[in-house]
Amino acid sequence: MKKVNWMVVIAGVAVGIAALALSALGNPANMGFCIACFERDIAGGLGLHSAAKVQYIRPEIIGLVLGAMVMALAKGEFRAKGGSSPATRFLLGALVMIGALVFLGCPLRMVLRLGGGDMNALVALIGFALGIFIGAQFVKRGFSLKRTYTMGAAEGIALPAFLIVVGVAFVAFRALFKVSEEGPGSMRAPFFIALAIAIVVGALAQRSRLCMVGGIRDAMLFKDFKLLYGFLAILIVTVIGKLALGGMGWGKLTPFQLGFENQPVAHSSHLWNLLGMVLAGWGSVLLGGCPLRQLILAGEGNGDSAVTVFGMIAGAAISHNFGMAGNPDANGVVGGISMTGKVFVLFAFAVLLVISLVNMPKGAKKQA
Amino acid sequence: MVDARGYSCPIPVVMVQRAVKAEDPKSLTVLVDEQVCVENVTRFAKASGYSVTVTRDGNDFKLELKK
Repeated sequence: MKKVNWMVVIAGVAVGIAALALSALGNPANMGFCIACFERDIAGGLGLHSAAKVQYIRPEIIGLVLGAMVMALAKGEFRAKGGSSPATRFLLGALVMIGALVFLGCPLRMVLRLGGGDMNALVALIGFALGIFIGAQFVKRGFSLKRTYTMGAAEGIALPAFLIVVGVAFVAFRALFKVSEEGPGSMRAPFFIALAIAIVVGALAQRSRLCMVGGIRDAMLFKDFKLLYGFLAILIVTVIGKLALGGMGWGKLTPFQLGFENQPVAHSSHLWNLLGMVLAGWGSVLLGGCPLRQLILAGEGNGDSAVTVFGMIAGAAISHNFGMAGNPDANGVVGGISMTGKVFVLFAFAVLLVISLVNMPKGAKKQA
Repeated sequence: MVDARGYSCPIPVVMVQRAVKAEDPKSLTVLVDEQVCVENVTRFAKASGYSVTVTRDGNDFKLELKK
């Protein structure tokens, strides 16, 4: 058996336990964490979209960035940097978000849903792996968004500062923000407990380099399984936790429920779950990390990831304003996405292909 | 020599992988500027049969790979 990196496993176990705890404490089912959904909720809380059921300033996003920042500073890894194709990264962030919202989950929530028995996440995983495979073909042949440069400290703290200001303003002047009273946005663990849990997880994720895309990507590119063990640790902890504790009075933790239909905050429109995650996987490989990893890197002072996060928030707003996000299954009717959403997903693939091709090295041949 | 400074993983590892595949060098110098890249390049190099020595040079790291 290949040598297991224990730090990643510990981080994965912590993420799994934290997610179970957050769902028990009030976050939506199979959504202890969801970087896509939560950034979308923040977009809603800020009034960037008007989908009333998904508006709330999620402290988990703030905590993950802060935890990563504290750990990076402690280990001397905080370095303000940026300048690596920021406009492209903003667009890629938006496209990854739109893809993830079609499925109704970021890659981390995909793992949590799978652990909860939601088999739509298995369809999504296939799409995700396919998207990673496609992106990896470009990376393997020299795709690059060009190098990054050292920046002034202000660039490194721009996103953490933005999130802190939003968080403080939300606590102090809640009435200024939009807050859902029904739907997933209304399902939330207590603000400061969620913040504290996310800070711990953010610190561990920074230390361990945890990344949902990196796991599959590195296995494909280098036969390196280090990050994949983290992915598996989250899955195993979630399955065990849901089976052992779900529906048994541990707060609001729902039971393990195996199947496709009527899963919580999910739909079973298989083709689009698959394609949405192809989009998310491919885009994330081009960006160098999954949405969780972008938050962690932003906490380390990485301005490239910060602009990606801003792009994701913008993408979430666009997704809901144009009705492109997934509609959950309800009352026996399979949910899915609108025609606008379907057309956009196909258009987004074309955009990804263009971005992939124009960022190849000059004179790139088909060298493997 | 592979100068991967300014690039985030996995690109430095891909650059080393391409160099190793193209030339199968007995020794290779790799420059990176992130601790993560040191870890990832080291893991890849060792799996490819190289020994790795790391020296720090300001904000940069120099990895000497030897077979």
